[in-house]
Formats: sequence, C-alpha cells, structure tokens
Amino acid sequence: MAWTGKILRVDLTAGTCVAEPLNREWAGLYLGQRGLATKYLAEEIDPKVDALSPGNKLIMATGPLTGTMASTGGRYSVITKSPLTGAIACSNSGGFIGNEIKMAGWDMIIFEGKSPQPVYMYLENDKAELLDASHLWGKSVWDTDHSLHNEYQDPLLRIACVGRAAETGCLYAGVINDLHRAAGRSGVGTVMASKNLKAVAVRGTQGVGNVRDMKAFMKATNAGKAVLAGNPVTGEGLPKLGTQVLMNVINEVGAMPTRNMREVQFEGANRISAEAMLVPRESDGKPNLVTNAACFGCTIACGRISTIDPKHYTIVNRPQYMGANGGLEYEAAWALGSDTGVDDLDALTFANFICNEDGFDPISFGSTVAAAMELYEIGAITTATTGGIEMKFGSAEALTKAAELVAIGEGFGRDLALGSKRLCEKYGHPDLSMTVKGQEFPAYDPRAIQGMGLTYATSNRGACHLRSYTVSSEILGVPVKTDPLTTDGKPELVKAFQDATAAVDSSGLCVFTTFAWTLEDIAPQVDAACEGGWSPAKMLEMGERIWNLERKFNMDAGLTAADDTLPKRLLKEAAKTGPAKGKVNELHKMLPHYYEIRGWTAEGVPTPETLNRLAV
Amino acid sequence: MLKALQLEPEKCTGCLQCEMACSYENEGVFNPSKSRIKVFNFHDEGRFAPYTCSQCSEAWCLHACPVEAIVINPVTGAKDVLEDICVGCKVCTIACPFGTVNYNADSGKVIKCDLCGGDPACATACPTGAITYVDAEHTGLARMKAHASQTIPKH
Repeated sequence: MAWTGKILRVDLTAGTCVAEPLNREWAGLYLGQRGLATKYLAEEIDPKVDALSPGNKLIMATGPLTGTMASTGGRYSVITKSPLTGAIACSNSGGFIGNEIKMAGWDMIIFEGKSPQPVYMYLENDKAELLDASHLWGKSVWDTDHSLHNEYQDPLLRIACVGRAAETGCLYAGVINDLHRAAGRSGVGTVMASKNLKAVAVRGTQGVGNVRDMKAFMKATNAGKAVLAGNPVTGEGLPKLGTQVLMNVINEVGAMPTRNMREVQFEGANRISAEAMLVPRESDGKPNLVTNAACFGCTIACGRISTIDPKHYTIVNRPQYMGANGGLEYEAAWALGSDTGVDDLDALTFANFICNEDGFDPISFGSTVAAAMELYEIGAITTATTGGIEMKFGSAEALTKAAELVAIGEGFGRDLALGSKRLCEKYGHPDLSMTVKGQEFPAYDPRAIQGMGLTYATSNRGACHLRSYTVSSEILGVPVKTDPLTTDGKPELVKAFQDATAAVDSSGLCVFTTFAWTLEDIAPQVDAACEGGWSPAKMLEMGERIWNLERKFNMDAGLTAADDTLPKRLLKEAAKTGPAKGKVNELHKMLPHYYEIRGWTAEGVPTPETLNRLAV
Repeated sequence: MLKALQLEPEKCTGCLQCEMACSYENEGVFNPSKSRIKVFNFHDEGRFAPYTCSQCSEAWCLHACPVEAIVINPVTGAKDVLEDICVGCKVCTIACPFGTVNYNADSGKVIKCDLCGGDPACATACPTGAITYVDAEHTGLARMKAHASQTIPKH
C-alpha cells in the first residue's frame, strides 16, 4: 500500500474536519502528491474560479513514499489554483511536515471554503481540530512557530504556516514549514491566508508500515541510496556546496541572468557563490555556512544553514537574526543577488532570512526587485514612488529594505508584493517583466540554454526550473550531454523531462535525486511500496498523464497558446557576453514540434485522442 | 571484542534515517516516535546530535528495576529489557540519568537501545558515518587521531 488510504477534508466555512477514503482508482492513475492532488483539485473546483475566493481549494498532499526510509522520502506538495498565474499551482517542500502528516495517518488534507475568522489546525493522528488563531494572526512564520511550540510544549510538533506577507496579500507568498523549508512558488501561501488558515500543526505517531513488499522495498531503497552516495553531484557536490555549487558553473556558460536579465554573466558571482560561503569572515573568523542539513530521510543533505556577519549593517542590535538559520540556495542567491546586481553575501543571506521569516518566494521577490530597479533606472518610478528608497541595481540597502517592506506589506512593499508582471504593468512597462504566465524566472538564461526557453514557455505553473530541468542534460550532461546552444532535439528532451519530473513529484521523493537517479532507480522503490506494477514505463506514462491534466486545467481556466511565450527581451535582445554571445532564445523553432509530439493541436490544446489515450 | 555505538554529532545532518531504521527493526514500521535513538536539532547553533543509550556498565536502569526485567546481554553487553517481565512501572526511566530509557504507551512496557543484538540498524542506515559500531574500548580513536595530527611539528 504505502498510501494510508485516508484523506482529511477540512471545510473551513463550516469548521469541520471529516475523514474520507482515498479514491483508489485515481491513486492507480496518479500515484500521489502532485498528480493525485491535481486530479482532486481539477475534479472539485471550477478552473475559472478566483484563486483568492472561497471557491478555490488548497490541498496538502504526500506521496506514497513520504514517511518511508526511501532516501528523500519526506516530501509534500501544496496544490491549488495560483493567484499569481491563474494557472495550476503545485509547490513542493521538504523539511519534516510531509512525513508528519503521513505518520498521522493521512495521504492528503483538502482545505475548502473560508473560515469566518483566523484559525489554525491541530492534527494529532486521528484528532483534527480547527482552533482560534487570533493570537497568531499578524505574526511572522518564526513567531507563529515559536508560539505554537510553546503552547503545546511539544518539541516534536511539526508546523507549516504562513507569515505576514501572505496575510497582507503578497501574490508570491509561500507556506513555510520547519522555519525555513518552503512550498515557495506561485503564491500557495497567499491562498492559504485568503482562507483565514494561519497554520497547520501536526503530530503523527502511527508511522508508515504498510509497504507492499518490505523486503523488496529495503533492497530497492538501499540500492538507490548507494547510487546517490556514489554520484559526484548527490554524493559530494550537493552536500558540500549545496545547490549553490551551480553559481560559478552557470556563470561560466553565460546563463546567469543578471540585472533583470539584461545580461547573462554576473561579475560578482564569485562573491555570492558556494565557495564564498566557505570563506572565514574578518569579524568573527567564521564562514557564512555553518553546516549542511538534511530534510526528512534525505541521504544527500544539500540544505544550507548559515549565519550573517555579526558586524553586518542588517543585523546590528537585532538578535533574532544572529543565530544560524536557513541559508542561500542557488535560486535565492541568484534572484536576490545576480538579478539585482547585489554582490553582498550577508545582505543576500539577510534577505533570504526575511523571506523565510515572513514566508515569501525569494525567486519572485528578487526578480520583482530587479524589475523595480530597471523601472527606477529608466525613470518610470522615482523615490517618490518607493518611499525614498533608491532602487539602484547593486544596492544592498535597497534589496534588504525592500525585503522588510514586502514581509509586512507596507509602503513600496505593497507594489513589490504584486510581482514583476503587475508591477511593470502598473508603471507602464510590461515588457520589463521577466515572467511567463505571470511567474518570475529562475536562474537559467534561456538564451544560453535553449531547452530552458521551451521549458519556461510551456511550464504549467509559469516560469520554473522544476518542471523540466534540461540544464541537467544541456550543461551537466545528465543523463546525456546535449548542446545548450541549439534547439535540435529539445522538444523531445523537454517533454521527457516534464513527464519524468511529474512522476517523481507524485511519489514523495525529491527531484534532486534525479541528478543521480532515473526512473529505473525510482520505479522499483515505488513498485515495492505500492500495488499497481509501477514500471519505469508506467511511471513515465503517468507523468505524461499528469502533464496533460495540468494543461487541460490551465486551458479550462482560460489560458491559451499565447501564454506559451517568453518576454521579448529573451526572444529579441541577444546575449552580450559568454558562449551564447549574439544568441536569443529560438522558441519558435521548438514550440510547434513540441505541440506535435505532445499530441496537441497547433493551438496547444490536448486533442481528445491524447486525453483518451492517457485516460485523463 | 565488545563493541559500542560511536556517535559523532559533527557528522550528523539530521536526516533521521537512524530513527526510521530503529523503529523498523524493533516495531516493523517507519516511525521516529518509536525510535530508541533520537536526533536533536539545535537549530540556532546549526548543530545536530544523535543520542541513545550508551550501555553503562553499572546501569542505573538495571539496578532500579524492581522486577529484574533489565538484564545484561552476554554477547553484546547491552542492557536488554525483557518484555515479558517488564511491568511498565517506569522506575528505570526515572533512574536513567541520560533519559535514554522510555515508556512505550502502545505496549505498556519500556523501550531502550539493545544494539539490535549486535548489528545496530541505526549504524547501518546512517549515511554520513555519524553513527558507527566500533570496538568499545576505542570509541575515542577518531577524535584522538584528529587531535594527534595537530601534535605533528609543521615543516
């Protein structure tokens, strides 16, 4: 089994928590987590619903391997309709909340309606209750976590909650668990706050014991762990340097979006890289990085735990920021640093702390600040707009001040909380927004990595690197090396990555395992845990099914092929330096063929034959 | 050779594989809440520490038990709880200065590390070598070596 076979339905309007059996037929088609919760959402809400209205639902979903000994088996996802993109949102997080929900006996929790007043949910195994959260509303993630731990006097309580950014309507607020792990993208936290749901506090003591074939499971998971340990990326690079191992690599290949994606290489990259995080500071002789850290069950342990220089301007006389906390991942370092032109490692770490403390996506935030900086440079906004902040590229003070304002939804923070698209529209320069479907780009410039252009344009949740990470193939040569500067074979590559990733995201495992694992490694683990004969081919077909279901949801929500595009800058303004100098992204050479191999019409709509073939 | 668990907190990443291995070995389920070994996260310091019974020679728990349910395993030297005899009075949990004997509400008995009969599952599962099973007389060897290296004159 490995599914618990139970889902918890929480009607926030009525204030009820009711158990119901898992739909086994759907579990057979969509496995769990991303796939299965998307199926529930698509069946239960009108895709055209206003994302922030009570008609939207929010699902916290585990996968069948969540809470098992499989390496990285602690993931959960938050699935809802996004207020940022109007498309499907599915944000994945590690830490220790997914396993706790599972061990409390639940495959997923569906939140619907809207509570008349702020509440939080306390879940202890079968006991689920909605409780008054008026004392928590208005508090940061860190204070909320602290309050609930104090209240329950239970150090083993796991908490996922929203911060003040979500409460004040920031459109890219996340759901933070364990203080600094985040279901970060697409505004899933904004939806949670719109339902007056402040936190979910979970204690699960039932464990996971119903694996289909325990002997085969231990054998398959041990084999998988050996592969991770022996791989240079998952066995060495990620534990030692974290995802930040990529900073210098991506800068070298000229794919480091810089200053709102005007440039593709950042002169300050080596000052904000993984290597820079290891250099002892002058003030206290300690490096930025304290240690690496694992999420539940993870034998890779790429997480960064950092401190800020005690002499840095951001934390003078502010003890709450002086301890160790969640440090910079590559995406945060890029968005807060390279994209804003800021090369002050401590300022970036501080901004990252603030993103965790009040729960908002550092990628979308950093990119929005970058857009504001360009608007400021061309005079579209001034210090009169920003409340006196000089939004200059490279200004650490502007970055950290902006973070503190978005965190509490005040002043110019209210504009920045709209995200890059709405900010640039508001100030008359929509072309300066580096977004797809309203969501900000991650850290790979598609002019230098052509496949990523198609990835971004067709991603079901807007610009994102976690829907098809062709960087793996185009730059790192995993599983096979392809030329990042050509479009040849990229539609096939993107489709394969999209489908495989959707499958991994539905299992309870972390997508970072795929630096070392293929579905050949993953399917035996899933198959040993679950009924259904989960071969690699079946996993891949399921991934394709999920992709088409998400696509159909988006089409039904009103998106069209016109949304499968990139900002003009990436299609018309050539890269100025590096290996891709002179190149733009040639999306037009890839998109039609992509639609064709997807079995979609020339307008990007899944044909009835395709949907039938996949049983969507 | 008597062996013992060697815990090296500086190598721990807090992944809890040891807790799952322990609960699986003893309870047949992946369930950290039933683990005899615990990993503590000292969040603000950025440190993790695995901790479990160190199998005291003169074990407080053993001496405190009124029904002699805690006995020395002749092979491993572990202080084993005899479930059939344990009455769940919890006196041992009070006597243990380290907190490593605990009550299991499901069984009504106490649980503690028994070194899995000589092949501790936590040590096998630990991906970073933070938990190893070594010669009981030399659990300090790795640390000694690290410090010994500092005594060599620099050229």
